[in-house]
Amino acid sequence: MVVNCEHVWREITDYLEGEVDPVLGTAMEEHIRECKRCSAVLQGTRNVVELFGDERALEIPLGFSQRLHRRLEAQMPQRRGGAFGWMVAFAAAGLLIAGLAIGRSSAFSQPPMRSEHAAPAVRLPSDLMVVVYDDGKTFHRPGCDVIHDKAHARMIPASEAMRQGFVPCVRCMKEYSGARANLRDLIDQDRYEIAEALERR
Amino acid sequence: MTLAGAASLADPAQIILKQEEALIRRLCDGENEVFYQLIRPYERRVYATAFAVLRNEADAEEVAQEAFLKAFKHIRQFRGEARFSTWLLHITVNEARMRRRKNHAEVMEAMVDYQDDQGTYIPRDFADWREIPSETLERHEIRQKLAEALESLTQKYREVFVLRDMQHVSIEDTAKALGITTASVKTRLLRARLMLRDLLAPGLGGDWISRPHFAKGSKPW
Repeated sequence: MVVNCEHVWREITDYLEGEVDPVLGTAMEEHIRECKRCSAVLQGTRNVVELFGDERALEIPLGFSQRLHRRLEAQMPQRRGGAFGWMVAFAAAGLLIAGLAIGRSSAFSQPPMRSEHAAPAVRLPSDLMVVVYDDGKTFHRPGCDVIHDKAHARMIPASEAMRQGFVPCVRCMKEYSGARANLRDLIDQDRYEIAEALERR
Repeated sequence: MTLAGAASLADPAQIILKQEEALIRRLCDGENEVFYQLIRPYERRVYATAFAVLRNEADAEEVAQEAFLKAFKHIRQFRGEARFSTWLLHITVNEARMRRRKNHAEVMEAMVDYQDDQGTYIPRDFADWREIPSETLERHEIRQKLAEALESLTQKYREVFVLRDMQHVSIEDTAKALGITTASVKTRLLRARLMLRDLLAPGLGGDWISRPHFAKGSKPW
């Protein structure tokens, strides 16, 4: 069997892998012995395989393995632990759900801090003049029916009344009542049931 | 036990396969920690495969991590029809190719790249490339030249070459990992080797090893 250069180049991979037919292999060896070019090609190809086959030919980034393991650890679920593990998981889930429910319930929401009668005023115009009397705890518009001790009544600015600890009268100044403002806030927070209850009171 | 059975058990490849099967069974039973043991021999190979596709260290590392995570998450889908390493490399190749498409890198090349070139590759006519002692790899500039030559190959040749000649994956497993035929692996491998020889022979044959480089017209003395 006689082979030419092109034939040798085509078969060179199989030749290096030891996968050519013995007859073809012998013919190739005979050709390569006589042909400088094919000899150079074979030697060069062998060198390529040898050089690149060495582990040092491709450098792995320093710390690659550690970073890989860290990422795997971070994303790998913990080992499954049988029935006890499931019980713990269910208990934890139950506690979480209960906690969320409690957190959303009215008992733990921000309640109005005082009764409607004791709630401080909000959005009160500072220049508004109001009526107070010494033994009272509320301030009023002039002429309000609730003012009993008219002899000791006096007019002061609303801001001063608040500073002294007076709260708005629930009848004549209910638009400034803090309790009602709380109600509005609760409505804003979708706590409709609580707001409704307060409204009924 | 039959003689054939004893022989097959003594075969290191068979022993590794059996060990891997046992590790995979334990992993499927919830022993997650054995995954590290299972992948240890393939960490380098997975990175190299990702790098062969992406040619970028940072991307290759990220894709390698993704591939391992994917293998972990889908281990129950591994049916043992191929070797674990082949399955893992197949995942890596897919992840890397997806990343490459996402990066919009060389879109046109990717479209035409996977067809095999027809005709015989004609290697350049150089004088004999003398044998290179592997010690030369200790030298950074030699490793640099190899990396540059490898990078200059188009992807289809680089993938095959890295898997077969650098990571020593069998031709059959290379074909499975890349989703091509063994005939294509052989054709691409031949071309990759000859092209690399053409790229490296002028330098490694003498210029880089024995003679220092000087700028044109300058004298070393």
